[in-house]
Amino acid sequence: MSTVILLAVTGLALGALYFLIAAGISLAFGLMHVLNFAHGAFLTIGAYAGYLVASGGGDVGTGRFVLMLAAGTLAGALAAVVTELLLIRPLYGNTHAQLLVTVGLSLALVALIEELAGSDARGYHSPGWANATTEIAGSAIRGSRFLAIGVAVLVLAALVVFLRRTRYGLIIRAGVENRSMVTALGIDVRRAFTLVFALGGAAAGLGGVIAGSYFGQVEPRVGTGLFIYALIVIVIGGLGSLTGTAVAAVLVGLLQQFLNYYAAGVGDLSVLALLALVLLARPAGLFRSTAS
Amino acid sequence: MSSPLLEVTDLHVRIGGSHILQGVGFTVAKGGVTALLGRNGVGKTTTIKAVMGLVRSTGTITLDGAAIGGARTFAIVRRGVGYVPEDREVFAGLTVGENLRLARLDGADRWDLVFDLFPELKKRLGQQAGTLSGGQQQMVSLARVLLNDHRLLLVDEPTKGLAPKVVGEVADALARAAEIATLVLVEQDLKVVRRLAGDAVVLDHGQVVHTGDAAALLADEELTRRLLGVGMSEGAA
Ligand SMILES: Nc1ncnc2c1ncn2[C@@H]1O[C@H](COP(=O)(O)OP(=O)(O)O)[C@@H](O)[C@H]1O
Ligand SMILES: [Mg+2]
Repeated sequence: MSTVILLAVTGLALGALYFLIAAGISLAFGLMHVLNFAHGAFLTIGAYAGYLVASGGGDVGTGRFVLMLAAGTLAGALAAVVTELLLIRPLYGNTHAQLLVTVGLSLALVALIEELAGSDARGYHSPGWANATTEIAGSAIRGSRFLAIGVAVLVLAALVVFLRRTRYGLIIRAGVENRSMVTALGIDVRRAFTLVFALGGAAAGLGGVIAGSYFGQVEPRVGTGLFIYALIVIVIGGLGSLTGTAVAAVLVGLLQQFLNYYAAGVGDLSVLALLALVLLARPAGLFRSTAS
Repeated sequence: MSSPLLEVTDLHVRIGGSHILQGVGFTVAKGGVTALLGRNGVGKTTTIKAVMGLVRSTGTITLDGAAIGGARTFAIVRRGVGYVPEDREVFAGLTVGENLRLARLDGADRWDLVFDLFPELKKRLGQQAGTLSGGQQQMVSLARVLLNDHRLLLVDEPTKGLAPKVVGEVADALARAAEIATLVLVEQDLKVVRRLAGDAVVLDHGQVVHTGDAAALLADEELTRRLLGVGMSEGAA
């Protein structure tokens, strides 16, 4: 029983990390058909931004950690906006070129971070409570797991409120369904897209600090490694569907944890099997592509 | 004679390997309804989309004397051009109210007019637009442009596939719309054309083959049959 709880919470936390990356990729794809391969690198940038703010070593206080979260969020948003304005926008309408340029950017960012910070993993600073464990039904669970889950739930809730209650949210939901008709109503969809990119980058950057505290370390490939799973998550969830992304993230995280434990090592493979299964049965993903 | 509201000159559209519009040119005077006619596949929708900047074109397009060719679609709308697309294109996943709020641009407020024309919509603001009937969806599509203070409305086959009773309602709404804006109307139902249109522009194979008074065209059974493939007497009800 205690193992099941441990695996479930860890799986959920992993799913939370996937969601924090996947949400932005999914919305950007849903709205503009831009599949941003550099999105994982935004998470890494966020993680290192948090690391810089924490510098001093050892445990950090909660106040400092909040600053780290803010720095990661800001850095992710900034990286995304700069990417959108300088690389994505000039290639507007050419989705293949956009894809290629983001692949290149992703490689370049990883190399840049390795150059600046070294390729070795560095210990990540978290507040004491994130490393402390709590007993739940006999299993000891670290605070960072609950933190990841809590933050992902908050981000999901915030995105849902944004999509449901704001004018930009309305534009995005409509744009995911039929972008050219939105422009034909006199609305500059590209501006909404910059905002989507910024929000997605912010979530990924925030995810970077969360990932740092989850893994207890940071290294230049953390985001790009998680990106692969995030990509699988959004394909399973249905590109462009936020709810689908959340459900698929949880599904993939849990599946991976449980199978890695009970069937030693097939967890990662099983994720691919799930992907193949979904693609065969429901090529458009589990959820219809609506930004809800 | 005052300058035309819309002037299209030597408009060409090529998509893939096909040369769809081959030098289309016509003018639309301020006020009233100009019918854009022709058989299926002659380029009516493509012409409208080119004016909206939704397909790439060459040639010149001016709105009230100012060039709008090459401008981005949203900017063309902001200059006062409203678009009611051929297949309505309501946002199925949004509610009726959300469709309308999305379409309402800054400063525009014609809710009274819209609800007066389409009382049905007022009762269904919370309903998902995808669950509406075809006629109701057309009302949403028309309401989206009527909410705003557009000078020119491009309306593409608004009665297509609608029941006769609903065709009448849509025609009523178009008549009201024509009182506050200039309309370019693509329409297969010749009775609707006869009721609303002053001028007619007829396309064939991506070129303008006839321009003139709409009533005179429809009165000439022989000419109508040659240009449109159907006569007034057998046009859809
Ligand atoms: N996106 C497209 N790609 C290729 N051919 C197209 C496209 N859109 C329209 N066409 C072709 O252009 C011609 C004119 O189409 P259209 O403007 O829709 O005609 P209409 O509205 O008069 O029925 C048709 O032969 C149609 O098949
Ligand atoms: Mg057509």
